Amino acid sequence: MATAQVYPASEPARWIYLDRIRTRPGPFTNPDIFSGEPVAAAMEAMKILVIGAGGLGCELLKNLALSGFKDIHVIDMDTIDISNLNRQFLFRQADVGKSKAEVAARFVEKRVKGVKITPHNCRIQDFDEDFYMQFQLVVCGLDSIEARRWINATLINMVDEEVEDSYKPLIDGGTEGFKGQARVIFPTVTSCIECQLDMHAPRAAVPLCTLASIPRQPEHCVEWAHVIAWDQEKPFPELDKDDPDHITWLYQKALLRAQEFNIPGVTYSLTQGVVKNIIPAIAATNSVIAAACCNEALKIASNCAPFLGLPEENYMMYSGNDSVYTYTFKHEKKDDCPVCGQLARDLAVDPAWTLRELVDSFAALPEAQLKKPSLRAEGKTLYMQSPPSLEAQTRPNLDKTLVELGLEAGQEIGVTDPAFATVLFKFKLKFKQRGGA
Amino acid sequence: MTEIIMSQTPPILHGPSEKERKYDRQLRLWAANGQAALESANILLVNSGAGTVGAETLKNLVLPGIGRFAIYDEARVSEADLGVNFFLDDSCLGASRSQSLTELILELNPDVQGSWYPNEDTKTLDSLLTDSPVFTVIMYTHPIRPEQLSRLEAYGQQHKTPLVAIHSAGFYSYFQINLPGAFPIVDTHPDETATTDLRLLNPWPELVAFAEELTKDIDGLDNFEHGHLPYVVILLHYLEQWKAAHDGKYPTAFKEKAEFRKIVQAAARTNNPEGGEENFEEAAAAVVKTVVLPSLPSGLKEVFEYEHTDPAEQRSGFWLIADAVKKFYEEHKCLPLPGKLPDMKAQSKVYIQLQGIYKAKARKDAAKILQIVQASPGGEHVNPAEVDLFCKNAAFVKLINATGGGASDSSSGAKISRADRLKAAADREFANDETAALSLSPLSLLPIYLALQATAHVGLSTATAPTTTNSESEAAETAAAAEAEKQQQQQQQQETTRGFTAESILAAVAQAVPGVEKRERVVQAAREVARAAGGELHNVAALTGGMVAQETIKIVTKQYIPADNTCVYDGVGGRVQVLRL
Repeated sequence: MATAQVYPASEPARWIYLDRIRTRPGPFTNPDIFSGEPVAAAMEAMKILVIGAGGLGCELLKNLALSGFKDIHVIDMDTIDISNLNRQFLFRQADVGKSKAEVAARFVEKRVKGVKITPHNCRIQDFDEDFYMQFQLVVCGLDSIEARRWINATLINMVDEEVEDSYKPLIDGGTEGFKGQARVIFPTVTSCIECQLDMHAPRAAVPLCTLASIPRQPEHCVEWAHVIAWDQEKPFPELDKDDPDHITWLYQKALLRAQEFNIPGVTYSLTQGVVKNIIPAIAATNSVIAAACCNEALKIASNCAPFLGLPEENYMMYSGNDSVYTYTFKHEKKDDCPVCGQLARDLAVDPAWTLRELVDSFAALPEAQLKKPSLRAEGKTLYMQSPPSLEAQTRPNLDKTLVELGLEAGQEIGVTDPAFATVLFKFKLKFKQRGGA
Repeated sequence: MTEIIMSQTPPILHGPSEKERKYDRQLRLWAANGQAALESANILLVNSGAGTVGAETLKNLVLPGIGRFAIYDEARVSEADLGVNFFLDDSCLGASRSQSLTELILELNPDVQGSWYPNEDTKTLDSLLTDSPVFTVIMYTHPIRPEQLSRLEAYGQQHKTPLVAIHSAGFYSYFQINLPGAFPIVDTHPDETATTDLRLLNPWPELVAFAEELTKDIDGLDNFEHGHLPYVVILLHYLEQWKAAHDGKYPTAFKEKAEFRKIVQAAARTNNPEGGEENFEEAAAAVVKTVVLPSLPSGLKEVFEYEHTDPAEQRSGFWLIADAVKKFYEEHKCLPLPGKLPDMKAQSKVYIQLQGIYKAKARKDAAKILQIVQASPGGEHVNPAEVDLFCKNAAFVKLINATGGGASDSSSGAKISRADRLKAAADREFANDETAALSLSPLSLLPIYLALQATAHVGLSTATAPTTTNSESEAAETAAAAEAEKQQQQQQQQETTRGFTAESILAAVAQAVPGVEKRERVVQAAREVARAAGGELHNVAALTGGMVAQETIKIVTKQYIPADNTCVYDGVGGRVQVLRL
């Protein structure tokens, strides 16, 4: 078998391992789209965006810098906390309190010669489409579903069928404990984050009456302190979940509540975990998932091997709890996806519901997860969260039932939420009969 | 039980310590006992080849705070290292790779200690193994010299030290865990939803009395009380009614359970303001999963049936407790009660009472087990907390490597060699591939293992790097750097011609498993391995280092379930497969 030629990067001895792979075809390389010679230079000219400089973000920056990318931007609004140090390996004790994006960028630039990393210490929502248009690839290492949905909607919105450069592949990673997932999205072509939203359903909220009158679990006591006692007593002007004094106050309240009902198990750690919705995280899992994402980035940027996304598998699920297990599959695009689809989605509602019940139901609905929805039906405004004048004007509707508002089965309603300003969620009402409470 | 004692003691009202804050996100996974195990671990990495996967693995162990590590690596830092290894930089060129790696990895966590070899005092792997305190786990990366590998395997046997082989090249990698014997795990962390064990078909007297008391006038209860009966109590009540109507028999067949569920659903009140009852909905939803006869899970069955080959192993706490649980099971036809009650709609006081009944029964069962343990020879030294943990997790206890690690095949008594196991696995995997398209299952990754394994000792430089220390002059360092670079470049040229052609890989595969070298998947894997020619891709090394670190943490903490025993990664297709080889 003849050995194909290696087309070296600017420092051939240094990048020899990478160049052997990215500039030479392998048995799975598609010869129609692969050409080895321009790869190194093309990757050096690419601009790639990393969103998040936390557990995944630190790994992503390291991996991309060692994958031949030279112009990397990173966005993160957070500052370094002591609880980051068990996995966010670009940060040291002395960095606590500093900007994650800035410290991470400086560290990787110093360690890997010839790479330029531009930090942005702000929110992703602070940038407009012009900013995102400059990148060829976006890689996300986020812990918030809301931020993922926002960048997903933004990138899909940017697609202009006539401009090839307007398609920005999005690679997204996420971890929890020993588990995680890596997925690749080609905007408007493959299933998107919004299509896959129901795979990350929010935890069911504990009913308020359980918190208020019949707590049974230590978590119920913590939620009571958080939701009810804090509002009643207002011990500090505003709750800061990162302030140990505030958590201690909640912990003590929860503990008294637990003692009153004989409920065991309230601890400081549990209190903090419930209030901040802490997800366990370790270096090892971040290492797996971030590397899986960057491996796809390298393949997409060079075409040196088939990548996830097109045409088949686009999602890799990983679990390390029981042995090691991956499930790599194709998540199908949804025609009724509010972001990348066209059709309205069926929504089962009880005609006897008040509009308030309908509005409140969007938060827990796995495929919507909207906290501040505004609703319109054909030809009329049902409820608007803002501006205040319109809110006041539409507020009386909240106590009317859907029937009283003249809504009918099969009717379409449009829902918007300030967290996803560009998205109109279209639903088609299906009437169901009332079950239990 | 510790849980009860804690709840009775007024907790201290101060926040977490500095260390608890630093390790908060991982303590939620393996708790203080897992952390203590990590902190007393001493890990050896024998590093060679491109050398990145070992460094990435160590990074993921140093960050969560393993006690100490040692790196044995004969290489000097080359230009090629700097394009793939994050824990080396330009200033390291020409220096000892083990020293440079150790220094930059130690920066990650001031709580961890590390040392590097060879150095002036300890010049060989053999003297390192002879002079060091026993290692908890040894990891080595391919390619490795055969004589070093034999030395490590002998050490593993002698000291009962788990060995992890790692090989990462191009888009491919695998790691293989070699445990010194059967490896039992009690704290397996099953999914919470799987752990509910309510004993509805064999309730004990206290539980029966409690349910009867609450339901003796069920129709006379007011709406609030009726709507807050715990679903356990509802199910016990209607199960009694069912039994009375069915010759004393419980609903056990699927059809009977469906019918029983309808009865429970129909018993809910609908003439109340809510138009239904949530607790009855919970009860109906719980029928299929909780109205079950006690059974012996396969993992525990394997523990019960395990035949010991090592008398010392038999006297360990785990096996003494396992024997006691087996006796308990034979006598009572059920396992000790775990005692956990899931949340359910109920009044606080009623729920806490019910929870207390489950906990009391669990304590009683655990006390019985402890009694049996203590009556057995050596049992007086067993820690009661260990008995409690076993009882809570009995249904999920797992035995890893039950037949491997030099153990004999129980059916024939003959020892199965590693080579024969590999051939058997090849038969099985390639047979599966024939039907993979029909069953929609992915193709086997065994060809990747075979192709990598064919280069397990290929590409090693013959010259051992001289040992130098910081005290040497700058000039010598620079000269050494230049020399190392030259050597490296020569080596790279040699690599592509020596042993890294698809033909030579396939020839080696044919020796290991004759006949498979013509298979298309094997040829493809060989070509992909040849493309890398022993070089690593950083991403694949990082991903593999993450998996190996997860496995090492599981082995050291004896929590969660380690892979048994070989895990192959395909970076082209983006997936892994675990094979027992």
